[in-house]
Amino acid sequence: MSALLQVEGLAKHYPVKHGVLDRAQGVVRAVDGVSFAIARGETLALVGESGCGKSTTARLVLRLIEPTAGTIRFDGVEVSGAAELRALRRRVQVVFQDPYASLNPRLRVGEAIAEPMEVHGIGDARSRADRVKELLGLVGLAPFHAQRYPHEFSGGQRQRIGIARALAVQPELVVCDEPVSALDVSIQAQVVNLLKDLQGRFGLSYLFIAHDLAVVRHMADRVAVMYLGQIVETGPKRTLFANPRHPYTRALLAAIPHPDPRRRGRVQHLGGDVPSPMNPPPGCRFHTRCPYAQAICREQAPPLREVAPGQASACHFAEDLPRFDAAVGEGIAPRAAERLALYAAAKARRAG
Amino acid sequence: MRDNAPLLRIEGLRTVFRSSVGEIAAVDGVDLDVPRGRTLGIVGESGCGKSMLSLSVMRLVPPPGRVAQGRVLLEGQDLLRLSAGAMRQVRGGKVAMIFQEPMTSLNPVHSVGAQITEAMRAHDKSASGAELRDRAIEALKRVRIPSPESRFDDYPHQLSGGMRQRVMIAMALACRPQLLIADEPTTALDVTVQAQILDLLRELQDETGMSIILITHDLGVIAEMADEVAVMYAGKVVERATAAELFASPQHPYTLGLLGSIPRLDEDRERLLAIEGAVPPPFALPKGCRFHPRCPFAIEACTRAQPALEPVADGHLAACIRAPVEQSAELAA
Ligand SMILES: Nc1ncnc2c1ncn2[C@@H]1O[C@H](COP(=O)(O)OP(=O)(O)OP(=O)(O)O)[C@@H](O)[C@H]1O
Ligand SMILES: Nc1ncnc2c1ncn2[C@@H]1O[C@H](COP(=O)(O)OP(=O)(O)OP(=O)(O)O)[C@@H](O)[C@H]1O
Ligand SMILES: [Mg+2]
Ligand SMILES: [Mg+2]
Repeated sequence: MSALLQVEGLAKHYPVKHGVLDRAQGVVRAVDGVSFAIARGETLALVGESGCGKSTTARLVLRLIEPTAGTIRFDGVEVSGAAELRALRRRVQVVFQDPYASLNPRLRVGEAIAEPMEVHGIGDARSRADRVKELLGLVGLAPFHAQRYPHEFSGGQRQRIGIARALAVQPELVVCDEPVSALDVSIQAQVVNLLKDLQGRFGLSYLFIAHDLAVVRHMADRVAVMYLGQIVETGPKRTLFANPRHPYTRALLAAIPHPDPRRRGRVQHLGGDVPSPMNPPPGCRFHTRCPYAQAICREQAPPLREVAPGQASACHFAEDLPRFDAAVGEGIAPRAAERLALYAAAKARRAG
Repeated sequence: MRDNAPLLRIEGLRTVFRSSVGEIAAVDGVDLDVPRGRTLGIVGESGCGKSMLSLSVMRLVPPPGRVAQGRVLLEGQDLLRLSAGAMRQVRGGKVAMIFQEPMTSLNPVHSVGAQITEAMRAHDKSASGAELRDRAIEALKRVRIPSPESRFDDYPHQLSGGMRQRVMIAMALACRPQLLIADEPTTALDVTVQAQILDLLRELQDETGMSIILITHDLGVIAEMADEVAVMYAGKVVERATAAELFASPQHPYTLGLLGSIPRLDEDRERLLAIEGAVPPPFALPKGCRFHPRCPFAIEACTRAQPALEPVADGHLAACIRAPVEQSAELAA
């Protein structure tokens, strides 16, 4: 089966001046040779520290920006001309992090949701209005909300509106750039549940960008870990979390504080800061912070290579890393689990 | 005896805003103790009053807000009754605060060294410039900033987010405070940098014996750092316990909802529990228990009176007439 989305060697370099007076040009290697595929109905999560190129990758996939290099194939067809681009614009939609910034404050919610249908010439005013009602229902809002303005909604509700708008033209792939990062945890859980339900119903594929690895573990089928514009590890969620084969993935996982005081003191921190994407280190880009770095890491850039079925790592020593157990925990405490079960049961009873 | 007394005791604190729809209580009758040398974690969702609570302790509530009631006792002395001058000496002296976004609290046009020495000068007018410089470099060293001598002359924009937060901590700790209030100190940082900062706070606490109030919405950070925890909802503390007890035996339905809402790295769940609805705005609080419209255990009585924060186990308080919920569930069955 061919992938729904396939990107190959994708790059985006931004020219920048070094300083105010310095005319010499440098380039920010925001995305620097990224390849991945997403199957129908699949969620690929993109994770990594701030500035590693996640949003730039998202914008490239949406073709909101032109790639410096690389190809994008959607449903088997390379996106090169205007016709493919038009199709891509309908079949791939986006949900952004900031529900406040992504909605036009002067448009009523109904108009905002109908807008993509208008742009793509789908239906007439009447059928679009019906569809808006249906979409509002899908995301857990009421028909009368169509008449309201964005400022009348809470953050979580606005994110639901953003999702309704993205779904209006029946996309096959939805790019979610930190869709829940700005939301409170209780609301985040509602939106995460909603995204999962919608995926089940419509067979959607997601490119899901997040920096919270617990959210990623919950949402993703496969995960790609980015560092300084490149993918350093990718694999099915389960194997990647249980046995990460890149020291950077391990560092990310080991840095997460678990909601469990019994594990206290087991958080490990990675030293140093992320180097500048204008001047990435030679050899392996991670070697300046890597506890396992050897001479070869300073000289040769390790290619991303398969190290287990479906799992690839860009580390010279992927096979030699010690055992890893930072993601292992005891789970929720027994008494707490009992009460959570009662909570869930009571909630289900009330929902009828 | 004295050592068992908390360093800080907050009693009946109420902080209000006057608005077009009447008086809004951002903090509504909060009692808390901060033990010596330990960390009190305050957790809750956006708008529940965490920042207003800490700003009230510092007497930095922005107008038109004001502390309307209560006492804030630092070693028995009520900070709310100090003169403005005396309070200035407490701020940055015995009590210091750091915020989420170091960039907005650092002055972009002064070097970090100048800002640290400035903070020190405010509390020690007799020290010479050279002395202050040495002490500032010492302060940068304490927060593990590499080559502090050369960093002294850097401007905030030349530093990474993590480094800026270290500088903020260096400034806050310049006068060896007894209490550090950290309001979401790592929320804007990457997890790897967050881990560095949390480590640093813990090391500094071990070194100096200071108490910390750590405000966060992240239950992971709470579990990692806090000795005692207060869970806030809509301006009130709804549950208080040690961290170990809170996670082992959460009692308030809101705490349960929070725990059920977060995905875990060590457990698979098909669906997250989530809490229905949203936090009510402070000008439209429900009658009775403020959580009742979202609470799956709510009964008629919950809509009538506000539950008091009462012991449910040894050293464990919850403001819920349905706690422990297994007994209420049995009654329902
Ligand atoms: N228009 C631009 N011009 C120059 N540099 C840019 C531009 N857009 C992004 N960058 C740089 O490219 C790099 C990648 O940015 P990007 O926004 O993709 O990161 P990200 O992984 O989404 O980060 P975050 O987690 O903070 O959202 C960063 O160093 C950023 O400063
Ligand atoms: N200037 C103001 N006028 C009226 N109400 C205000 C004002 N500033 C804050 N509030 C209210 O006080 C309440 C508590 O705010 P606070 O900033 O303490 O919340 P918080 O728990 O720190 O939230 P967050 O997690 O978002 O930082 C909020 O409901 C807010 O609406
Ligand atoms: Mg981004
Ligand atoms: Mg706050």
